Amino acid sequence: MDDSSVMRKIVERSLRQAGIELEKVVEAANGAEALAALQSNVVDLILCDINMPVMDGLEFVRQVATVETAKGVPIVMITTEGSESHVVQALSAGARGYIRKPFTPDQVKEHVLPLLGKKP
Amino acid sequence: MSADGGLARRSHEENWLPILELAIQEVFEIMLGCQVKPVAPSEHAANAEFTAMVGLAGALCGILTVCCDANTARQIATRMLGDAASSEEQAADALGEICNMITGNFKNKLAGTDEQCMLSVPSVISGGKYSFRSLADGVSIETALLFEGAPIFVRLQLHS
Repeated sequence: MDDSSVMRKIVERSLRQAGIELEKVVEAANGAEALAALQSNVVDLILCDINMPVMDGLEFVRQVATVETAKGVPIVMITTEGSESHVVQALSAGARGYIRKPFTPDQVKEHVLPLLGKKP
Repeated sequence: MSADGGLARRSHEENWLPILELAIQEVFEIMLGCQVKPVAPSEHAANAEFTAMVGLAGALCGILTVCCDANTARQIATRMLGDAASSEEQAADALGEICNMITGNFKNKLAGTDEQCMLSVPSVISGGKYSFRSLADGVSIETALLFEGAPIFVRLQLHS
């Protein structure tokens, strides 16, 4: 989830480079779109920006706990917001990982694979 | 402006320019896999066919802009996407995201500022026939970097 379609493609490519087989990718441009998409899609992992229009990533993380099909799905933030307070807010709200932009494919691999039960 | 204010402003400009250039270089190196070299802005003509901007609010208050010509914006998008030629929409999207990452990376390098400063989502202007006037009246830092032989202009304008 990112308001930049270019960034969504970069993240998808990073996941493939990490050796993760992507059966289906559900994209959203903000938190509200993502919440709506989760009503009709079951996912194994959510990658989420913070600064987005309509609904930001922190609000999405808070609200996603109410979506039955998304309970327990690991969420990793990928964002330019690098401050400690943003990290604490995201992790307190339920995110399981935090990657700062700019990021390398290796950083995505390190953060995501353990959440999918794989070794980085 | 007082003499003290002038000195403080010059000090910021001198200290922050290398930090801004480092933030830009890291973004291009990590996200595009290429090195960009700082050059004197005055030595290159500005052809701002695409202008991306991100606002800052809080401890730092102002705007950071990234300008380049249309071909350069498309080259950036192509590098980021790593495949086919990019559309104008993708070029604008890519430049906005570059601007966003430069602003965030710069902010995160300023000790004590990153906790108290928020960023806007990026906006991008396509087309060069406009005049830009920021109400920011404080520090103004400008640099240019060569990307594949073409200049990219980055300007940070802050309220005093």
